[in-house]
Amino acid sequence: MNLTLADLEVGETAVIDSFDVEQLPMKLVEMGCLPGNEVGLLQLAPNKDPLYLNISGSHLAIRRETASRIFIRKQGE
Amino acid sequence: MSKNINVALIGNPNTGKSSVFNHLTGLNQKTGNYPGITVEKKQGLCRLPRGVKARILDLPGTYSLNASSLDENVVVELLLNKKDKDFPDVAVVVSDVENLKRNLLLFTQIKDLNIPTVLVINMSDRMRRKGISIDTHKMEQLLHTKVALVSARKNEGLDVVKEHIATYRTISTQPCTDIKQIDLNYFESLERTFPKQSLYKLWLVITQDVNFAKVERKKMEVENASHTRSPSFLKRLQQKETIKRYQYINSVLKDCYEKDSSKATDLRGRLDRVLTHKVWGFVIFFVILLTIFQALYDWSSVPMDFIDASFAQLSDWAKTSIPSWMAPNLIAEGIIPGLGGIVIFVPQIAMLFLFIAILEETGYMSRVVFIMDRVMRRFGLSGKSVIPLISGTACAIPAIMATRNIENWKERLVTILVTPFTTCSARLPVYLILISLIIPDERILGANLQGLVLMIFYLLGFAMALLAAFILHKILPQNQTSYFVVEMPNYRIPLLKNVLLTIVEKTKSFVLEAGKVILAISILLWVLASNGPGKTFKNAPQEVAKSVSISDANYDQKLSAYKLEHSYLGIIGKGIEPAIRPLGYDWKIGIAIVSSFAAREVFVGTLATIYNVGEDKEETIKERMAAETYSDGSPVFTLASGLSLMVFYAFAMQCMSTLAIVRKETNSWRWPTIQLFTMTIIAYVCALITFQYFSL
Repeated sequence: MNLTLADLEVGETAVIDSFDVEQLPMKLVEMGCLPGNEVGLLQLAPNKDPLYLNISGSHLAIRRETASRIFIRKQGE
Repeated sequence: MSKNINVALIGNPNTGKSSVFNHLTGLNQKTGNYPGITVEKKQGLCRLPRGVKARILDLPGTYSLNASSLDENVVVELLLNKKDKDFPDVAVVVSDVENLKRNLLLFTQIKDLNIPTVLVINMSDRMRRKGISIDTHKMEQLLHTKVALVSARKNEGLDVVKEHIATYRTISTQPCTDIKQIDLNYFESLERTFPKQSLYKLWLVITQDVNFAKVERKKMEVENASHTRSPSFLKRLQQKETIKRYQYINSVLKDCYEKDSSKATDLRGRLDRVLTHKVWGFVIFFVILLTIFQALYDWSSVPMDFIDASFAQLSDWAKTSIPSWMAPNLIAEGIIPGLGGIVIFVPQIAMLFLFIAILEETGYMSRVVFIMDRVMRRFGLSGKSVIPLISGTACAIPAIMATRNIENWKERLVTILVTPFTTCSARLPVYLILISLIIPDERILGANLQGLVLMIFYLLGFAMALLAAFILHKILPQNQTSYFVVEMPNYRIPLLKNVLLTIVEKTKSFVLEAGKVILAISILLWVLASNGPGKTFKNAPQEVAKSVSISDANYDQKLSAYKLEHSYLGIIGKGIEPAIRPLGYDWKIGIAIVSSFAAREVFVGTLATIYNVGEDKEETIKERMAAETYSDGSPVFTLASGLSLMVFYAFAMQCMSTLAIVRKETNSWRWPTIQLFTMTIIAYVCALITFQYFSL
C-alpha cells in the first residue's frame, strides 16, 4: 500500500513511513516530520487544500502537493 | 564599571519572544535595520541585579540555524561571526512550554556553537491546563544549562532570567550533540582539513545555501573541492542531523518532562472547527474586515474633527502672534497646515495598527492564511500573501518586508508587486476628505454610507491587487516547486503591553517619516506659491484693481487667487492641466497630484497649503475645499471628479519609500520601475473612465 498524507481523512491519525528529503522543505523536517512520528489530520481548507496537521505535536499547514510526497502507514500495520 | 553584557534573544516564532523582550527592556528599546538589508533590528537595555547592564538584541524568529529566509539568515550570520560587535556573550533561547520538543532543536544547535545558552520556557501559566509538569533541576543537569520557567503574560519568572544572564559565566559551554556522529567519514575528513575550526560551525557555513539560495555566501576557506558535495547529499545529512538532535531531545525530555493529555482542554480544536470552516471561516473573516473598516470611520471622526479645528486655530494664532522675523506666513500658511494634514490621521492609523496587531497576536492571522491559500494560489499568490495584503492596509513598506516568509520566489515577487495596490493608511487622508465632501452622511440598512464607500475602495484595492497578480502569474515563468509550511499557533489573548508598544512604535515612525517629507514639501510649495516670475506676479495688486475696486469685499480673495495663478506653482499646475482636465481635475489638484508622487498623504497638506496661501479667514481644509469653484461658479469637487480622484489615488504608485523598499527586496531597479509606470497608467485610465462615466 502506498498511502500518503494526502489520503488521510479529517480526524484520522497515522505514522510517517518515508519520504524523499529532497522533495520536502527542510523546515517541515525540522518541525517534526520524520519517519516514525505520529501525524493527524485536523482540518481541511476548502477544496481540501491545504491540510492542517498535527505532526508529532507541531501544528502546521502544508499543501496537498507536499502532503502527497509523504508516505504513511496506518497505526498497527 | 565593566562593559555591558551582550545578550541575543533567540527563539521560534510564536513563542512569546517579543513579550519577553518587552518585559526585559520596557520602553528602553529602539528599532533599526541591519546594515544593507531591511531586516528589522530591535535592541534594548536591561538592568540586571548588582548594577550590571545587558544589551539585549531581539533576533528574528527562526525554527533552526539551517536558514531558509533572509530573516533567519541574520541569526546565523551573527552567531557565526565572533568579531561582530553584537556577538552575544550569552544566548537566551525562548521556548513555548507546549512546543518544547520542537523548540529545543534550535536550543541544541546554538549550544553546539559553544555559546553559553540560557533556556527560557515561556507560557508556564498554561502548564496546568495542558497537564504538563517539568522538573527544571533535572533539565538543567541534562542540558548543562540554566532553565527559567517564565510567564510573560503574568510577569512571572523574569527575575530568574535576569539572574541567569548576570551569572552567564558559570554556564557550561559543553555542546549537546557530537556532529561527527552524523557521518563519521565526512566529518573526520573535514576535521583533518581544518583542524582548528569548530566542526559544527564549518558545517553551518557549508550548508548555509542549501535551503536558502538568495544569499551571497561568506567566502571561507571551506571552498575546498573535496568538501563541496551535492546539495542533495548535504540535505540528507541535514535530515540525519535533525533525527540525531530529536533523539537527544527525546532522551532528555523523557526524564524531566511529563504531559498528561487527559487533563488537557481542547480550546484550539473547537475554535479551529469554526474559524477554518469552509463557510463560516470566510463569513467570519469578512465580518471582521467589515467591522474594522466601519470602526475606522465611525470611531475616529471625533478626534479628527478636533485635530482639524485645533490646527486651524493654531494657524490663525501663528499669523498674528509670531514675530515677523520668524516668517509667520511660512509657518501659518505652509508648515502648520502641512503638518495638520498628517497629524489628523494619527487616530485612524493607530487604530489600524491596533487591529492588525490583535489579528496577529491572537493567532487568527494563520487561520486566514490557511483558508485563503487555495483561493490566493489561483491568482499566483500564496496564502501567506494575505498577511502582506492585510498589513498593506497600514503601510506597504512593512507589508513588503512581511513577504519574506513566502518560500517561493515567484509567489513572493508577485506579492511584492501587487501589495502597493492595497489601500495603505496614506491613502486614507485622501479618501476620507473626499468622501466627506461628495458622499452624503446617511445611513443605509444601519451602515454608515460614507463608511460603506470607504470599504468599497478598500475592496477595490484588493480586487486590483488580485487582478494584477493573476496577470503577472500568467506572464512570469514558473521557476521552482513551491513550498508552503505554516505553523498554526495556539490561540492567545493578546498582551496589552505588546499591542500598545506596537501601536506607539509604528505610529511614531509613520508620523516622523511622513512628517519629514511633508514638512519639506510644504515649505517648497509655499515658496513656489508665494513667488512668481516677472511683472505679472509683482504687479498683482494693480492688475486685480483693474477689475475689482480695493474697497470691494471680494478684493482680498481675488488678489490671492490671482497671485497663486501667476506664481511658479500656478505655472506648473497650469502646465499639466491639459493632461488631467479629462479626469475632472483643475490645476490646483494637479499640483497636489504632482507633489503626491513623493508620498500620497501629502495631498491634503498640499491642498491646505495651496488654498491657504493669502487667506486670512480661519477655516478648516474641508470647508475650503467645498467652497472651491471654477470660474463659471461650478464646484471643483463633484461626485464625478471626487470619485475619479479617489480611483486615481487607489491605483497610482505614489510613494518613493515603497519604490525604495521594492528595489531593496528584489535587488533590482527593474521591478520598481515597472511598478511606477504600470500602476500610474492604470490609475490614469481608470480615473478617466470613472470621471467620464459619472459626468454623463
